[in-house]
Amino acid sequence: MSSLAVDIPPKGGFSFDLCRRNDMLAKKGVQPPSFLKTGTTIVGLIFQDGVILGADTRATEGPIVADKNCEKIHYMAPNIYCCGAGTAADTEAVTDMVSSQLQLHRYHTGRESRVVTALTLLKKHLFNYQGHVQAALVLGGVDVTGPHLHTIYPHGSTDTLPFATMGSGSLAAMAMFESKYKEGLTREEGVNLVVEAICSGIFNDLGSGSNVDVCVITKGHKEYLRNHLSPNPRTFVNPKGFSFPKKTEVLLTKITPLKEKVEVIEGGDAMEE
Amino acid sequence: MDSNQAKQHNLLGSEAASERTLYPYVTGSSVVAIKYKDGILMAADMGGSYGSTLRYKSVERVKPIGKHSILGASGEISDFQEILRSLDELILYDNMWDDGNSLGPKEVHSYLTRMMYNRRNKFNPLWNSLILGGVKNGQKYLGMVSMIGVNFEDNHVATGFGNHLARPILRDEWHENLSFEDGVKLLEKCMRVLLYRDRSAVNKLQIAKITEEGVTISQPYALKTFWGFAAFENPTVGAEGSW
Repeated sequence: MSSLAVDIPPKGGFSFDLCRRNDMLAKKGVQPPSFLKTGTTIVGLIFQDGVILGADTRATEGPIVADKNCEKIHYMAPNIYCCGAGTAADTEAVTDMVSSQLQLHRYHTGRESRVVTALTLLKKHLFNYQGHVQAALVLGGVDVTGPHLHTIYPHGSTDTLPFATMGSGSLAAMAMFESKYKEGLTREEGVNLVVEAICSGIFNDLGSGSNVDVCVITKGHKEYLRNHLSPNPRTFVNPKGFSFPKKTEVLLTKITPLKEKVEVIEGGDAMEE
Repeated sequence: MDSNQAKQHNLLGSEAASERTLYPYVTGSSVVAIKYKDGILMAADMGGSYGSTLRYKSVERVKPIGKHSILGASGEISDFQEILRSLDELILYDNMWDDGNSLGPKEVHSYLTRMMYNRRNKFNPLWNSLILGGVKNGQKYLGMVSMIGVNFEDNHVATGFGNHLARPILRDEWHENLSFEDGVKLLEKCMRVLLYRDRSAVNKLQIAKITEEGVTISQPYALKTFWGFAAFENPTVGAEGSW
């Protein structure tokens, strides 16, 4: 047979080719770049009319707070939202990817997306990468079959729960939930409990902080309450504001108007092939 | 047989210094304690785990010390028994002076801190996190010592998992001058969360109370738990492959 072999499609799954190189570099003292992690508190709970998701807004890079007010509740579909903890790039990328896949699926089927669809797409992807995509997610939404709340772990396992917490502040938030959750909560009680749990994470966990974001999803309606509570305002603000004393000196002013180069033909043909 | 092997392989030269605690064997789970109106309340479950096995289910991890203090410990049970022996000697010698004075909680806490820190400096720690509470002359005292000698005093303390699960609740709901019933309810709330979420917790606990009048350690009892959420029955009816 000729040496030109038929193109074998690449085997699925993570390609471990560079792991040996990384090991060798680590032994020589080359540090891998540190990731921006969202040391986090994210929570979700099911109340009588739907699902409430909550998250804090601090993103950390080791001991430094990199972003004081980041958004951890990601859009998946008009009726599905997902909170993400772990490596910020991973949660962003994976939720964006599945969000587009859900959109295409909606066009294909002509129906509203279901939470289990998002769940299956996410867990397939995460399991495929064997935990190297470090995204721990709380997925919640309301579809035709009712309200659903799931947690998804970086290795691809999932849980279906009435109330869930993830992230470094998950124990502090879970302490609140375990002592105060009951079935059939009203919207007020649900939002209050979510806010209490996130505040517990913000004040008792060093990886979480700043403000509280809340998202309430009910049948046919969603409310994204960005910075619903800001319990950490700046305490000392200079009333004078900023003023820059040394201004740039203006030496010369010359204005050249741009000429219109494009001729717009009214009523022209649509784009031809 | 372990100590014989250590003696044969010792690299330190002298036989006496070659034995050191490397890891704990029989361990107790968390202890939670709060100050309330009349004194201190301390709760601990009665489990002693041997690795992942729940070996002993009647280990008393809260003990009275002298007239004015109670000591609760998590971590290695044998080291806790050793500490109790040392404290027993301490209290005995104090009594022998027969001078009308007795060691209060502050003094015992200080003694424990020195003992733990000194052992840690010799790389042979007592593998415990201790909580010492007491009342003397109307003054309430509640302090904690860890196995490396970190010590501090506060209105509510917890060891182990209690730090992550119980302290957020206590920071939110503790206030000055809790009544006895409210204090017990608060402690039971914390112990219930620990029971749900700590794998080494047992549903058999004792609550100890110390006031100016003296020490009372309750009989062991169990907490009521609730597992009847609708979402726990048939959770994966919509999502196959989940659990």
